Amino acid sequence: MSTNLADPTRLATPPTFQSVSLPRQIKNGLATALVWGAFLIAVIPLVWVLYTVIQRGFPVVLDGDWWQKSMSGLLARQQGGGAYHAIYGTLVQGLICAVISVPIGIMVAIYLVEYGGRSKLAKATTFMVDILTGVPSIVAALFIYTVWITYFGLGRSAFAVSLALVLLMVPVIVRTTEEMLKIVPDELREASYALGIPKWKTIVKIVIPTALSGILTGIMLALARVMGETAPVLVLAAYAPFINYNLFDGPMASLPLMMVNERNNPTQAGFERIWGAAITLVVLITLFNLLATVISRALAPKTK
Amino acid sequence: MNDPVVAKRPAGSGASGAERGVAAAPHASEAPIPPTPEAPETPKAPHVRPGDRIFRGLATGSGVFIVVLIGAIGLFLILQAIPSLGLDNVNFLTSREWNTTDPSNLRFGILDLTLVTVVVAVVALLIAMPIALGIALFLTQYAPRNLARPFAYMVDLLAAVPSIVFGLWGLFVLGPVLFPFSEWLIANLGWIPLFAKGNVNVQLGGTIFTAGIVVAVMILPIITAVSREVFERTPTMHIEGAIALGATKWEVVRTTVLPFGKAGYVSASMLGLGRALGETIAVAIILSTATSSFGWSLFDGGSTFASKIALAAPEFNDARSAGAYIAAGLVLFVLTFVVNAIARSIVAGHKEYE
Repeated sequence: MSTNLADPTRLATPPTFQSVSLPRQIKNGLATALVWGAFLIAVIPLVWVLYTVIQRGFPVVLDGDWWQKSMSGLLARQQGGGAYHAIYGTLVQGLICAVISVPIGIMVAIYLVEYGGRSKLAKATTFMVDILTGVPSIVAALFIYTVWITYFGLGRSAFAVSLALVLLMVPVIVRTTEEMLKIVPDELREASYALGIPKWKTIVKIVIPTALSGILTGIMLALARVMGETAPVLVLAAYAPFINYNLFDGPMASLPLMMVNERNNPTQAGFERIWGAAITLVVLITLFNLLATVISRALAPKTK
Repeated sequence: MNDPVVAKRPAGSGASGAERGVAAAPHASEAPIPPTPEAPETPKAPHVRPGDRIFRGLATGSGVFIVVLIGAIGLFLILQAIPSLGLDNVNFLTSREWNTTDPSNLRFGILDLTLVTVVVAVVALLIAMPIALGIALFLTQYAPRNLARPFAYMVDLLAAVPSIVFGLWGLFVLGPVLFPFSEWLIANLGWIPLFAKGNVNVQLGGTIFTAGIVVAVMILPIITAVSREVFERTPTMHIEGAIALGATKWEVVRTTVLPFGKAGYVSASMLGLGRALGETIAVAIILSTATSSFGWSLFDGGSTFASKIALAAPEFNDARSAGAYIAAGLVLFVLTFVVNAIARSIVAGHKEYE
């Protein structure tokens, strides 16, 4: 008996793998250090950029005028004024873009998941969505420029900017929606069909609501990404220091455009406004990202 | 189906079993009838409802729209570029000249733009690739389980910072910090063409060196995200097998994770390269315009395709001048198209591992 009790303890002591040879230990330690180092290196610019933006922009946006006034009537070197007009422009251009992109993006994803299967068109569409993801924003802007301004002879406007942003937003929405629709269990669809419900109604009333939290998250993230785009506003809109409600005509400001514009302003006021606009944009984008997280948490289907 | 019928009958009205049976009988006889005609019909012709047809049409149409859209981008850019290319007085591909101020005497070539674009992108890629590999390994293999998600979120945050903010940071903050380092490189390693004194004032920081670092930071999240996804799919059996053989952590990674994820990592880097080639506003803000052409030094200034177009965009007044920039945009489009297509085909070729 006593030997039996002692046996497991003896067997449990690993006889061979006790020690790892020194070179292997060194290599392992080195690799661990490098991998941790890589992560820390990546965190440096993030912290540094955010620190710069907050340190230089925060005092500017503390002023209540910043959120309530435009630059109307101010000289470039005069301090003060606000970014109201640019915030309005950024939000409106993003909103118009979302109104156009969301239905297109979701329908493409529905096609890919529910109808396309392995057809050639589905493969081509997937490939083109991938390509569209990689299209540089300046090329998207040039495309809208040739169509909207050269061929249709229309002027630069906020709406043209929104159209260019659509090209950048649609692929992101397709990607995320596609992923979400794929996760929806087939049993749900089958149960719906078994009740005699048409396919389209199944998709609209069963599949999409199930995937809704993920889809909305994707939309918010896409919107956040699109709002910071600068190339389209440079090509397709002119800066206005005042608020312009007309989407189809005349210059309209947006936060990126305001920054580009103020960069040519060598005075202290210009410097302040650059970083004020920068922090406003970062805050706006962070808000949308946070909203995405909140939505995905709140609407996520309860699995357990 | 039966229950409501039974329930409707007033209770205690002396409804005997027989009476119920009578009441149920017509119903029971009704019930089997509908399936009888339908049953043989279903395999023959499934009835397609108009709602289905419309919805299917909309979805398919959206798919077609995307395909057509890419074609349209290429087509419209070509159509708009051709007239200007015809008016070009120098060779478009081999000239380093870029002068579109006089639309009646257009002189534009993309050699300089191509070189600067490629060098900025390659510098960015060389910096970002090893770091992204490290982060992806860190997040999938090394980071403490409960911290991996927040850490991954931090790296993703880099992607949320707008590129114009990175540009301003690169110009106003990073550039001045890099200046002594750049100066040291020029003084001590200047005999290597890569570190030779460039064609812009280093003190201003607007060099390919600064731009490359900033673009590297910007493409880091995409490379990390894609590699991470691939590394996460390493079969647990492989990892466990390696551990069972007594491998150290690094040996596990080297023998299982890296061979498995190699293709994914390469394609992730290609995606990063695609982004780097097309990065616009950050480069446009940072890179100083140079008067002389690019001379293979990291401390040169100049323009990439994207930054050239972005800086000139507000002055697109003449269709002929604008056409020159659109021709440059077309080249950029083709360049990123090819790089992205290669990246995707690598991923597609390795689908079987997933």
